[in-house]
Amino acid sequence: MKRRHFLQLGGVGISAAALPLRAQQLMPMQDLQPLIRSVAGDVPPKPGRVHIGLPQLAENGNSVPLELTVDSPMTEADHVRSLHVFGERNPRPLIASFHLGPHAGRAKVTTRIRLAGSQRVVAIAVLSDGSAWSDETEVIVTSAACLDEMSI
Amino acid sequence: MRALALSLALLAAPAWAQAPRSGLDYQGEDIRRLQADDFANPAMLWVERGAAAWKRKQGAANTSCADCHGAAEQSMRGVAARLPGWDKRLGRVSTLDTRINACIVREQRAPEPPPEADDAIGLQAYVALQSRGMPLQVEVDGVAQPLFERGRDLYNQRIGQMNLACTHCHDQQAGKLLLVEKISQGQPTAWPAYRMEWQAAGSLERRLRACFLGVRAEMPAYRSEDLVALQLFLAQRAQGLALEAPGVRR
Amino acid sequence: MSDTVTLGRLRVPPRAQRGEVIEVRLLLQHPMENGFRRDTLGRSVPRNIIHRLVARYDGREVLRAELGTGMAANPYFAFFTRATASGEVVIEWEDDLGVKGRLTAPIEVS
Repeated sequence: MKRRHFLQLGGVGISAAALPLRAQQLMPMQDLQPLIRSVAGDVPPKPGRVHIGLPQLAENGNSVPLELTVDSPMTEADHVRSLHVFGERNPRPLIASFHLGPHAGRAKVTTRIRLAGSQRVVAIAVLSDGSAWSDETEVIVTSAACLDEMSI
Repeated sequence: MRALALSLALLAAPAWAQAPRSGLDYQGEDIRRLQADDFANPAMLWVERGAAAWKRKQGAANTSCADCHGAAEQSMRGVAARLPGWDKRLGRVSTLDTRINACIVREQRAPEPPPEADDAIGLQAYVALQSRGMPLQVEVDGVAQPLFERGRDLYNQRIGQMNLACTHCHDQQAGKLLLVEKISQGQPTAWPAYRMEWQAAGSLERRLRACFLGVRAEMPAYRSEDLVALQLFLAQRAQGLALEAPGVRR
Repeated sequence: MSDTVTLGRLRVPPRAQRGEVIEVRLLLQHPMENGFRRDTLGRSVPRNIIHRLVARYDGREVLRAELGTGMAANPYFAFFTRATASGEVVIEWEDDLGVKGRLTAPIEVS
């Protein structure tokens, strides 16, 4: 079978069919500011101290590895009070809140999240002195090449 | 036997024939890391279910798998690597799924679990784990030969609205990109596996049915002869590749 | 195809030195149904999320999580605590159907 023939039959057919179902169903972008205010207070969080670890390219939006770390000694006097993560194109942008404290030992939480398509993900850390810090990253979520039972 | 040798030679001939490679090689870094991590691999949750089901007494006979087979680590070692295979008592080729179910019905006198039930996938994953790392080694001659040939023919037969056979993607185009996914060789070594798309663990039959849907063909029923035939052919095609169940796939 | 019976795995180092930072790993079997899906008959599948999870050790809260629909199915967590005394790490959670779960793992501190 010629490569051109295969592309006509398979590649184009499969991709054209798969795209409208998944890739084009992007949720509208949501304004994260009110949600961020609800966890961080009225002073806008400063960039820094918190770091979002996410792959630049996620193979499947159903399960994307996330690592949140904060530069903090995690002592009684100076620790992370809470960590929040938002996805601006998720139907419910607040993905999770983690309340830590001096007993957490290290300011690092690893988990797996859902991302409804390529989007900006924002993390906010609120420290024991009341200051809020932020980090953000863009994740490209790729579509499955083949139609599956789950997509009909 | 001669017919088999001839047909194998014909299949081995095409220029696109590649050395068998596990589907894991076609996955991204995250999935490879997840499969290598026996704690975080979500399929291990099903293995734990299976380990519990192995010890649970059930059915009219009020008996457990362990009552007859003892420790699965010993008694089930290598079993999954030899399946699908001819089952003398059933008089047909059985998969790991149908072999376990035959035992449940005959020995425990319990109802056959529905396809893809969590405990059924769990038992399959638990039994398959006992053969992890062992090369697939199935017998396709003698009594199993007609079904093997049927599987091979199905693999090479164009189907569905897309008019594609398995071989068009998984032999001729393996390693190339479809959208951003690398097309794998369609090797069956990871199953049962946790699939991100399903957000659950499932069987090779479920994965194969998804392929039928992918080319817009009618999906064969679970446990149908066509699916068993395909699985037998795929196992023979993967001969020598190590079993890696329970795997993780996108 | 998961049912809602929650099964989980919890791992902490069985032994640690006092003051040592130790990792707690947790994996739960739960569909984390986001409420936006429909079944094959077109009926909406109701939301069922483990919305709250608490980790305690040595009588203190180590981590409390409020989780939403953006958490992956069969959720995985890894976090840390400081070894203070021999005892148990206790994880408790609750989903939208009111199903509660609990896992414990012992730790010996010297």
